[in-house]
Amino acid sequence: MNSELIVFLVLSLVAIATALGMLFSKNAVYSALFLVLNFVTVAVFYLLLGAPFLAMSQITVYAGAIMVLFLFVIMLLGAENLKPSNALPWQKPLAILLSVILGVEATYLLLARARSSLSVTSPDAALNTMDSLRNMAETLFSQFLLPFEITSILLLVAMVGAVVLTRAEKGAAK
Amino acid sequence: MVPVDYYIILSAILFTIGALGVLSRRNPLIIFMSIELMLNAANLAFVAFARVYETFSGQIFVFFVIAVAAAEVAVGLALIVEIFKSKKNINIDEMNSLKG
Amino acid sequence: MHLSETINTGFYFLAPGLVLVPLLGLLINAIFGKSFSEKMVGTVASLASGTAFVISVLLAYSVSINHGHTVSVPFAEWIHIGNLKLDWTFRVDSLSATMMLVVSGVGTLIHIYAIGYMHEDVRFKHEEGRFTRFFIYLNLFIAAMMILVSGDSYLMLFVGWEGVGLCSFLLIGFWYEMDTLARPSWANSNAAKKAFITNRVGDFGFLMAGFLMFWHLGSFQFDEVFKAAPAIAHESPWIIVAITLFMLVGVAGKSAQIPLYIWLPDAMAGPTPVSALIHAATMVTAGVYLVTRSAPLYTLVPQAQYIVAMVGATTALFAATIAVGQYDIKKVLAYSTISQLGFMVAAVGMGAYVAGMFHLITHAFFKALLFLSAGSVILGLERGHHALAHHGHDDHSKGKKKEAKKVESGHGGHDDHDEVFDPGDMRNMGGLRKTMPVTFWLYMAGTLALAGIFPFAGFWSKDEILLDAKLHFTSIYWQLSIAAFFTAFYMGRQIWMVFFGEARTDAAKHAEESPRVMTVPLMVLAVLSVAGGALNLPFEGFHNLGHWLSYTIGEVEGLPLNLGVAGISTVLALLAIFISWLIYGRNPLKTGQVDPLKKPLGFVFTGMENKWFVDEGYGVLIIKPFKWLSQFLADVVDWKFWHDFVHDTVIAGTYNWISEVALSRYADQKGIDAFFNSWGDFTNWLSGNVRKIQNGFVRSYALSVLLGVVLILGYLILK
Repeated sequence: MNSELIVFLVLSLVAIATALGMLFSKNAVYSALFLVLNFVTVAVFYLLLGAPFLAMSQITVYAGAIMVLFLFVIMLLGAENLKPSNALPWQKPLAILLSVILGVEATYLLLARARSSLSVTSPDAALNTMDSLRNMAETLFSQFLLPFEITSILLLVAMVGAVVLTRAEKGAAK
Repeated sequence: MVPVDYYIILSAILFTIGALGVLSRRNPLIIFMSIELMLNAANLAFVAFARVYETFSGQIFVFFVIAVAAAEVAVGLALIVEIFKSKKNINIDEMNSLKG
Repeated sequence: MHLSETINTGFYFLAPGLVLVPLLGLLINAIFGKSFSEKMVGTVASLASGTAFVISVLLAYSVSINHGHTVSVPFAEWIHIGNLKLDWTFRVDSLSATMMLVVSGVGTLIHIYAIGYMHEDVRFKHEEGRFTRFFIYLNLFIAAMMILVSGDSYLMLFVGWEGVGLCSFLLIGFWYEMDTLARPSWANSNAAKKAFITNRVGDFGFLMAGFLMFWHLGSFQFDEVFKAAPAIAHESPWIIVAITLFMLVGVAGKSAQIPLYIWLPDAMAGPTPVSALIHAATMVTAGVYLVTRSAPLYTLVPQAQYIVAMVGATTALFAATIAVGQYDIKKVLAYSTISQLGFMVAAVGMGAYVAGMFHLITHAFFKALLFLSAGSVILGLERGHHALAHHGHDDHSKGKKKEAKKVESGHGGHDDHDEVFDPGDMRNMGGLRKTMPVTFWLYMAGTLALAGIFPFAGFWSKDEILLDAKLHFTSIYWQLSIAAFFTAFYMGRQIWMVFFGEARTDAAKHAEESPRVMTVPLMVLAVLSVAGGALNLPFEGFHNLGHWLSYTIGEVEGLPLNLGVAGISTVLALLAIFISWLIYGRNPLKTGQVDPLKKPLGFVFTGMENKWFVDEGYGVLIIKPFKWLSQFLADVVDWKFWHDFVHDTVIAGTYNWISEVALSRYADQKGIDAFFNSWGDFTNWLSGNVRKIQNGFVRSYALSVLLGVVLILGYLILK
């Protein structure tokens, strides 16, 4: 058992634990914080998989921007705790059952389709240099230039949409 | 040496937890977070495969997913705020005006 | 074609004019009649008829210069079906030429007479349209009669036969909305219908004869039929017998023989010129013409001939007896016509075609004369009556009262309303000799001719018939002799009652002579009645008509004058006139007096008065059962059975039951409706339940999506 595997397993446990923590926390703030932790763990996985740029993006965008936004809204609305309701009593057991089946099925399928002989090693130092980042940037700005630009439009639209949605209506203000 | 299968299994587990969160929690914010978790699970699988097949496409896809997720969250949270403003409540079990 | 050539070869090409010229005349009157004066209308019609007469003369001339050869003038294609080729062909031979001359000649004179008569008819209320219509009908009649006599086939003859029947119907019912005395009633229409329906029975016989003819002899064309007939008669004579006897039914209908004569007296409802033209001189002789034309058929079957002769002789005697008991001047003449037609039919039945045709011609002359003179008498009385009424004479009301009494005592001779003056009733006449001298002399000429007094036309023609009868059928001879006796008697009675004695009414006293437009044609007819016998004198070399007709019907033996027969008939006639003088002339009938014959004859005279109750007999035997049958068919069979039971109950009921109970209640409501209703209910129930799935909770929708994902993945795994 090599060190990489140990790191992976430990981090896996952390990821699963934080995910479950998010799932079971009564308080939404805790859930958000568990999720931040989960995202950071995933970012480490990205590093292990030789994607440092994505790891950085993960931390800044997800763990930073998005989750801060979440926390902000939770606190703005005071939605940390919701009154329990007993609507759809059968939802939860059915959801658990189906989710378990889904997990088993997904695992099975992914394993069955993937070549199990393959394995990943943690990248060398050389690979972790800026070469990888440069290569990716080249690909992104050449082969995937159009989707990239469309993404910027998407972000702009989302920004305008958010502003429009939350703006106090003139009629309502009166 | 980490067999790629492990990453896949981890991805599946995280995805299942996310799905369970979507289905079982009543707080729309937590449902949202669970969706983010599911996206992360998918991203992890992407990156793992990208690594295995030594291509950048997977990574770039993840990059796009992150961008879309950011946009989605911006709009989604704006919607939730707006709902709260009109209903003074964001309990998802009380949002059933789609009922036929 | 040069005239000289034509004179040498004949005027046959003119034959279509016989029909076309009268048609042209009626068209002119029909189209321009509105702007014509009465005289103009009458002139056009008379000219049309006169032209037809000229053509007839030219055709007769053509026949004579061609030695009587039969010439067929094709005019138009008519019926071409399979082997049947029937064209409208004019047949010009001595027989048809004779008929043409009689029809157009007498017809023209009557046209002229009618101009004056129609104007004065009490029923004519100065309706221009009516006047024009009358002449249109007259011209139509001439055209139809010409088709009848000139047709080259039985079918063509039948066309004319029906055409004249139609004209007869139209003209009898000319004053359709009134009776003979201008009172509002349907009597005239009923008379017209009676004539038409009775003729229908006769036409049925004609048609049957025609069908048999075509079936067995294979043609309608005269020559072909006559050529084929002897062979058939040899094989199966009953066919010819049937044809001839069916034809006799037609003859009985058209020529008013027993048993179908009943329509003719009623036909006097028509205007008097019509009575003269159609119901005395021409149309009613069509039957005689038919038998003469069919002579080759009748000659083959003596049995049928005998029946024809017997029918004619019986009719002659029977009708003559009825004529004795009539009071209406025209009814007497009507029965006289039936009787004289009986003479003709008897003659042609005995095979004495020349005698029959001879009598037909002379009868056309003197009977037309008598009818027209009677019309003149009636109008004279009418004028007298009118003058009185106009001056508001005091005697008038008294006279009327007397009439009333008289009519009652007259015992049902008429159905007259006693307030209306009947100018046709001989009991209202008397002493007209002084007031209407011209008419009197004309009437005398006609009477003597009809009575068969030497040397008037009727004497020669009737004697020829009697002579033929004497030589062949003694029983018929006696019947006809007695009929001749009655003829002389009733004519004598009429003369005494009408013209002699004292005027029995004020109208008769003030009667006025008719205008010359009426009397001049009568004079022509009177001359013909007097001298008509010259056509066929029974002396060697003078059988002109016999010789003439022999071109068509074969050589006929010209009988010399038989002094015995002639003597007996003359004596009988004179005796009858003498007896009538004893009864009616010596002691003229007084106003309101019962007919002097009534007392000695008793119920026999009642029978004569009432036409032997034949109409009543037909009423009981035929009309009543027929009406009952129609009533039964209408009420019971049609209404109760077909309408109420079959239609309403069975068909409509069944339909209603099917639609209401079977289809509507069970099939539709309980079957189809119930099926679809339950289907709808099921859908409703299903949707009611399924809609619960749409609970509006996004989470449960997501769960559904997850379920779908799980299932799809499961499928992929298990695949």
